[in-house]
Amino acid sequence: MAQTILTVDDSASVRQMVGFTLKNAGYEVVEAADGREGVAKLSTSKIDMIITDLNMPGMDGIELIRKARAMAPYKFIPIILLTTESQDEKKKEGKKAGATGWIIKPFKPEQLLGVVKKVLR
Amino acid sequence: MDVQEEAYKTEAYELLAELEASLLELEEYPEDMELIGRVFRAMHTIKGSGAMFGFDAIAAFTHNVETVFDLVREGKVCVTKELINLTLSAGDHIRDLLESEEEGDALREEEIIRAFRELIPEPESSVEAAPAEDEEGPVPSGVLTSYRIRFRPDPGIFAGGTNPVHLIDELRELGECSVVAHTDKIPPLSEMDPESCYVFWDIVLTTGQAENTIRDVFIFVEDECELVIGRIDEDDAEDRIGEILLKRGDLSEDDLDKALKRQNLLGEILVAEKVTSQAAVSSALMEQDAARKQISRRKEEALATSIRVSADKLDDLVDLVGELVIAQARLSQKAIAANDVDLVSIAEEIEMLTGSLRDNAMGMRMLQIGTTFSTFRRLVRDLSAELDKKIELTTSGEETELDKTVIGHLKDPLVHILRNSIDHGIELPDEREGAGKKPFGTIHLAAEHSGGNVLIRISDDGRGLDPEAIRQKALEKELILPDADLTDKEINNLIFAPGFSTASQVSDISGRGVGMDVVKKSIEQLRGTIDVDSTPGVGTTITLKLPLTLAIIEGLLVTLGEGFFIFPLTAVEECVELPPDEAARETRFLSIRGELVPYIRLREEYAVDAAKPDLEQVVVMEAGGQRVGVVVDSVVGSQQAVIKKMGSAFKNAPDISGATILGNGSVALIVDVNKLLDSKL
Repeated sequence: MAQTILTVDDSASVRQMVGFTLKNAGYEVVEAADGREGVAKLSTSKIDMIITDLNMPGMDGIELIRKARAMAPYKFIPIILLTTESQDEKKKEGKKAGATGWIIKPFKPEQLLGVVKKVLR
Repeated sequence: MDVQEEAYKTEAYELLAELEASLLELEEYPEDMELIGRVFRAMHTIKGSGAMFGFDAIAAFTHNVETVFDLVREGKVCVTKELINLTLSAGDHIRDLLESEEEGDALREEEIIRAFRELIPEPESSVEAAPAEDEEGPVPSGVLTSYRIRFRPDPGIFAGGTNPVHLIDELRELGECSVVAHTDKIPPLSEMDPESCYVFWDIVLTTGQAENTIRDVFIFVEDECELVIGRIDEDDAEDRIGEILLKRGDLSEDDLDKALKRQNLLGEILVAEKVTSQAAVSSALMEQDAARKQISRRKEEALATSIRVSADKLDDLVDLVGELVIAQARLSQKAIAANDVDLVSIAEEIEMLTGSLRDNAMGMRMLQIGTTFSTFRRLVRDLSAELDKKIELTTSGEETELDKTVIGHLKDPLVHILRNSIDHGIELPDEREGAGKKPFGTIHLAAEHSGGNVLIRISDDGRGLDPEAIRQKALEKELILPDADLTDKEINNLIFAPGFSTASQVSDISGRGVGMDVVKKSIEQLRGTIDVDSTPGVGTTITLKLPLTLAIIEGLLVTLGEGFFIFPLTAVEECVELPPDEAARETRFLSIRGELVPYIRLREEYAVDAAKPDLEQVVVMEAGGQRVGVVVDSVVGSQQAVIKKMGSAFKNAPDISGATILGNGSVALIVDVNKLLDSKL
């Protein structure tokens, strides 16, 4: 069965690009526009991996990771943080909150898939 | 390849086709702004999407073409024939880049870019060179190196969603990898936290990748693990296991010295002494092994160097070896006749040596067929594009070796067979989908050894031959009689008959007036055979059977009067006696197991008037798709003959293809069976 990836980003175009790339690579994709919606999706669907933006209105990526890690089914799943290079501090914070890895924006589809294939097997 | 790349490629191919069409039109109407715009947009899209989907080389190269056409659009550069030719070759180059996924022909690329730059008027000459590919990451150096890697993840690594096993699997993908897990730190069950990681790993990885690539595997867990990567030097192969353990810090020098004093299966002692763990020892052993392997691999590489020798010298060598084989055969006969045991043993030794010398000399003339195969890729691509068909060429057995002369003569027949497969065999994508096949047709080129022959198969998964259509056509051309009772296979083989061509429409690709009969002729000239197998709707396979070399022939030695003749063994089917009552008759038909076989008398052909033996022999051969007998005096047996060319004095004897010298020094003429019988049929 195809693995399901939750993508959380407030930018519709990033969501679309990520979603398109993942779907083409054979993954199921669930989308959410911010952390709050993401958490809601986590409790309604079975998710195998999360790709989340860092800065989002409402609940940000770090908070989302903390919330997800607190949920039993998502304690060990891979979570990837989308960040820009300048946010090194945030990267560390994300890692501390439980992120598995990160992708620096902007990225090419194959970089995204490379990371997904790396952490989700 | 992932879907996106595929999508990009499909789009790029379409754009290239459109580009070509626009360019050709532009050649006629060089002022047409609409056409210029089309060319520019095609280049622009190829470049833009190329960068997004990771075809950086294409993006960089196309940028140059785009710049020039931007200037054309602004009217600063004129459309010339030169520009169009250049852009066409640029299109070809992009196609090559798409196809090869590698650098492509760097020289050609440079040439094209330089030519484009010359087209730009002075102040604008700012076409950028292809940017250095710094994004590509470390290019595999190709030299295999062994690394020892110790990966000790923090106990809390699972909390970050990392599965260490995935990382190790990723390492495995980089090269040859042996892994030892250290499990001695796992606490008793009662004290164990199931969400913690207690295991650590020693990995020995032999890879062509740089150390940074290995580090990249652990990029997300850098801060959550202890990672030590070290190169295993070749010197380490000489290291004793104790020294390796020392180097890795698994053992102190004192402990090692103590154990060494007992000098008895060091690894076991160390474990027994509890100074190190079993896992540490096996991991060190593993490393020793890798280093040793590396050395032996280096040696192999050193041996694989080669020198260039001109083909003439090789031919001379083979000639000389041929003479030597003949001289040796005479020596052997003399030795046996003299009944001298010492001489016989020397002769046998020389026979063995000449045998290997001959095999060696022949081996030097052998070339791998792979290079020929690869030249067909362009052909298949161009032709299928021309016909709007989608065809994939796959190959196997590229390493199969054939005499260089055979390979040289093989190319044209193969091209013709491929053209036929592409034109007649593979259907248009729509038709294929209608028949429930995938739209991509496949042509497979395979080569393999089979005894002293090489088999080359060209199979396609196209519509196959239509026996009914062939039969109809053969009737029209009067190649068969209306009531001929033929199996499908026999009917299929009619495509090799002279003057046969099934294409109801003569297209540009095949049907240029040369038919499969020409192919068959050229294969037979190489002393090979050709055969076709086909299932309607499933595909066609054409099998070529070729001799390994042209310099030596497996022949059947026969006598006629005082003379010796050799028939190529490939043509011979069987030998039977000529019944005396049959010999007396004039009908020249022999009934073999109920089948009538026409025969000719070689002594009449060659006007031999020596006395006839009481019992003559008939050698039954296959020629021109028919069984024909040739009556000779006696059959001696099979003979490996080194072919000697005949001088021009014999040019009026086309049915004698050469001569060979037999062990007793006499000459045997080699009969070209097809030519001999052609004149009779």
